[in-house]
Order: sequence, then structure tokens, then C-alpha cells
Amino acid sequence: MKKSITDFTVLSNTRLSSTQFLLELSSDILLNDVLPGQFVNVKVEDSPQTFLRRPFSIHSVDAKRNVLFLLIKEMGIGSTKLASLQKGSNLNLILPLGNSFSFGNVKKAILIGGGCGVAPLLFLAKKLHEKDIHCDILLGGRSSDDIVEVEEYQKYGTTHITTEDGSLGEKGLVTKHSIFNSNKGWDMVYSCGPEPMMKSVAMYAKQNEIECEVSLENTMACGIGSCLCCVTDTIDGNICVCTEGPVFNIKRLKWQI
Amino acid sequence: MADLNVRIHNLLLKNPVMTASGTFGYGPEFEDFIDIGALGGIVVKGTTLEPRQGNSYPRMAETPAGMLNAVGLQNKGVDYFINSIYPLIQHYNTNIIVNVSGSLVEDYIKVCEKLSALKNIPAIELNISCPNVKEGGMAFGTSCAAAATVTKAVRNVWPKTLIVKLSPNVTNIAEIAKSVEDEGADAVSLINTLLGMAINIDTRKPLLSTVTGGLSGPAIKPVALRMVWQVAKAVKIPVVGMGGISNAKDAIEFLLAGASAIQVGTANFIDPAITISIIKGIEEYLDKNHFSSVYDIIGKLEC
Ligand SMILES: Cc1cc2nc3c(=O)[nH]c(=O)nc-3n(C[C@H](O)[C@H](O)[C@H](O)COP(=O)(O)O)c2cc1C
Ligand code: FES
Repeated sequence: MKKSITDFTVLSNTRLSSTQFLLELSSDILLNDVLPGQFVNVKVEDSPQTFLRRPFSIHSVDAKRNVLFLLIKEMGIGSTKLASLQKGSNLNLILPLGNSFSFGNVKKAILIGGGCGVAPLLFLAKKLHEKDIHCDILLGGRSSDDIVEVEEYQKYGTTHITTEDGSLGEKGLVTKHSIFNSNKGWDMVYSCGPEPMMKSVAMYAKQNEIECEVSLENTMACGIGSCLCCVTDTIDGNICVCTEGPVFNIKRLKWQI
Repeated sequence: MADLNVRIHNLLLKNPVMTASGTFGYGPEFEDFIDIGALGGIVVKGTTLEPRQGNSYPRMAETPAGMLNAVGLQNKGVDYFINSIYPLIQHYNTNIIVNVSGSLVEDYIKVCEKLSALKNIPAIELNISCPNVKEGGMAFGTSCAAAATVTKAVRNVWPKTLIVKLSPNVTNIAEIAKSVEDEGADAVSLINTLLGMAINIDTRKPLLSTVTGGLSGPAIKPVALRMVWQVAKAVKIPVVGMGGISNAKDAIEFLLAGASAIQVGTANFIDPAITISIIKGIEEYLDKNHFSSVYDIIGKLEC
């Protein structure tokens, strides 16, 4: 799909937790070919302190209604500004950017998300469901406040929850969830979230010889491969997260796991 | 409709708008957004003799009205450019200018010799001003003697248009400009990034892996404009101005200050189609003010 700079209209802005909100966006461009794992680069208007665009994973696409969802966590000035967007306001996006999760030969997958890193996993779960690929979805957070849209995930796979304080689901870290006590026959692990979490997920995958793809974040200026500010170290040297990622097979990364 | 053509030595530009090195990749990155052929020229990524991995992460920090970068000239080297990139871009209907970087005079010479075989590279921009590599780059651009030495050496092997890109991290940029003019530079371009830094007070660590990095964007525009004005008064060769240009008004300010052409850098990141609006805006300004050519405003600042 050709990349474009497009004005979207905010159809709704829904608060999901003390820090997370969901933007529903529409425009004239057809979103049929947007892939799970891809991201958008958002211009934050009327915010003198934010200069660059802000990259956000595509949370989901409703192809029938041609709308796009972004799940955003308030972290800094840019995201806080976006949290105040009203229905009907304008939002300028560059999209679609980056590569996508692969699901060529996958038969049974587990999707593991932590914190706001779960954002791209809903879209992925939806696509896997469309392709009749069975998936387990494991959502983790610090507390119940971090876990949002559980019913949405349940539509597409068996959903499990863990929180560090035990306020929802099992207590503890995602990688200690009881789902890992027995072999569920997964042939693919997808993960997105804080790097330490993805690293322990990657370690599990490696030990159990399961393919594993993770979605990385990095500081970005352009999002289109022109500034080389967003590189990560791989077996092929420094490469751009914005064009060759954000999704990487862990075999390509130089993680010490 | 006003005539937008400008000339930098033997280089004919259909309009004075080019893209700045390191901010436009090699061109293909922008094909979805603009017609590359509509530009006056593109300056491709800094190219060195050997491949360079660049600096480690993090390489970028956002700052008020700008950004710091510490990319450190990551590129796959001149041979890769010649064999794998040039074939993809040589058909562009615009001037393709290679930004040549290095840390030794011999390296600059070798890169230029290799590039001189390429028919569709009518000019190079000699980067003696990169603040992000330890062993050189900026070192050549911060003393008149070193700037003169590297310019002279490259002049001997590069018969086509030679633009020398100057560092703003000096006490007297006009002096450096004059010394490269004396050694045969056909034009100067300025400014490269200003050395800066940023700190995370929670971790008490620098935001960049290299501690310091190059500041670009609107934050540096007033400094860049002042330097372009000083250099344009000091030399007879054409001046290519850049530093924070984000719209047609900014570009026109640089032209009035004495730049014969301008480059757009960081602004491409926020709006990949900005160069096209800048070209349109310059044209509208000329028409509105009944100027028949862009030369009617170049250096026409009234003080
Ligand atoms: C990410 C980045 C990479 C750059 N790489 C180069 C480079 O390889 N060679 C060079 O001469 N200048 C390089 N520059 C400097 C720009 O070409 C330009 O001189 C500077 O950014 C000021 O213009 P601007 O404010 O419009 O960006 C780079 C700038 C940025 C932001
Ligand atoms: S953000 Fe510019 S290359 Fe990736």
C-alpha cells in the first residue's frame, strides 16, 4: 500500500483507564491493505513543545467501516495533547508505516502483550482469527487499570490475564502465567510490550524452539527510513526499526538471551 | 509566472529548492509523497569510502523547535552507493548531489575519484562539518588551513561542481568560506548542525549515546540566516543556505540574505511533501510582488 500523508477525522475518543484512551479515526483512503504490526506517524497540532510526529501502532482496522483505531497511553506532552482531542477534530497521519507480523505457516499462536504494548495485538488477533489460526492471548500489566478491552480480545482467541499486583487475573509477571506450565503446541509467539518483558518472552520461545516475533519501539524522527535515527543492532548491523521493523524475528536481533 | 531557475556554477536548478543531506535518504523514501523531479536537486546521505555503522542507540532527542541527532554518518560506503543505489536513482529528473564525508584527506579523494565516473552526478557537496564523528569531519571545517587543504585536494580530482559544506561550530564562518573559495570551491553550503546536548534529569544521563549531537530544525534558523548573510557578503561564489527552513517564508528569508539556493532538512520529517509547498510558495511570492525571476530577490535584503 502506498504511503500517504492523510487528514483523519476523530469519530470518537474514549477513555479506557486512568492513562489509556482509544481514538477512532476515519478518512477517504482505503484501509483494506493495512497490515497488523504497521504503525502511523501522528502530527500533534497546537503543541509548541512537540516538534516531531509521534509514532503509534495501529490498534485495529475495521475494514467494513473503513475506520482505524489507535490505543494510546498518556506518557508525555504529545500523547497528553492527543488525549484531549474532541470528536470531529482533525488528525494528520502518515501511514501505513513499517513491516508487519508474519503468519504464513502458523497453525497455533500465542500473543503476549504488556502494558500499552498490547496495542498492535488486537489487529493481529483479528487477522489470525480471519485466517482460522487459533490463538491464545495473554495480557499483562502492573494492575487491573492497565488491562483494557478484554471483551474485544475474547472475540478472537482464548484470553488470559496477569497483573503484577494480582488485581486482575493471575498475580505475577506475564512469563510466569500458568498457561506456560504445559505444552500448548504453539508454533509462533508474538510479543509487544516493555523490552525486559519481550526479552523473557523471547527466552521462553528460544528454549522451547518456537518462532518468535517482537515489535520494537525506538526514538523516531521521520518514520520512513530517511534519517537513520531509529536503528537497532541486528546480525545484519544497524538497521531502521521504522522500515525493516517494527516487527523482528528474535533470530535477527542481538539480544543476550 | 516568475522564472525559478538558478545556477550554482555549472549546475542548473529548475528552482532553488533542494533537500539536505541525511534528511532525504537517497530519494526513493519520498517517492510515495512527491515527484522527485519537481525539485531543484537532492543531496543524498553522507557517503564515505568504507561502510560505517554509525553511532549506537539512542541517536535522536527532540528539543524545543528542533532535534538533536547523533547518526554518525551511517552508510554502506561509496561502492555500495555506486553499485546498488545509483542505478535506482540515476533516472531522476533532478540534480543528484552526493554528500562526501570522511576522516582523512585521502579518503575524500578516493570517494571523489570513484564518483567522478558517474554521469548523472553533476556535483558533490564536500562535508567538512559533521559533528558526529570523532576522528574527523568537523575537524576539517573548523580551521581555515584544514578546510583549505581538503578543498584543494578534492579540487584536483573533481572537475565538476564542487560545493563545500561549512560547519557553524566556528568563531568566524566567513573566514572559512573565503579559504575554501581561494582553493577553488565553486559554491559553499551552510549550515550543518550546531553542536548541542540534552540531559534526562531522572536518570542523570545524556539523552544521546554520544552525549553531544547536532541540533537542527527551526531552533537554529536565526543563527543559520545570520551566517548565510555574513558568508554571502564575504565570498563571490554562490551560497546555498539551510538551517531550519520549514516553509516558503523561511526559504525567501535565506534568498534575501544572499543564498542562491536553499536546502530543506529536518522539515522533511514532519511533512515529507514540504519541499513542494515551498517551491509553490516561492513562486506565489514572486508573482504577487511582480518579480520576474528569483534572482530579483537573491541577496536583495535592504539594510
Ligand atoms: C538526522 C540528520 C542526519 C544528517 N546527516 C547529514 C550528513 O550525512 N551529511 C551532512 O552534510 N549533513 C547532515 N545533516 C545536516 C543537514 O543536512 C542540515 O545541514 C542540517 O540539519 C540543518 O538543516 P535543517 O535545520 O533544515 O535540518 C543531517 C541532519 C540530520 C537532522
Ligand atoms: S525514524 Fe527516520 S529512519 Fe527510522
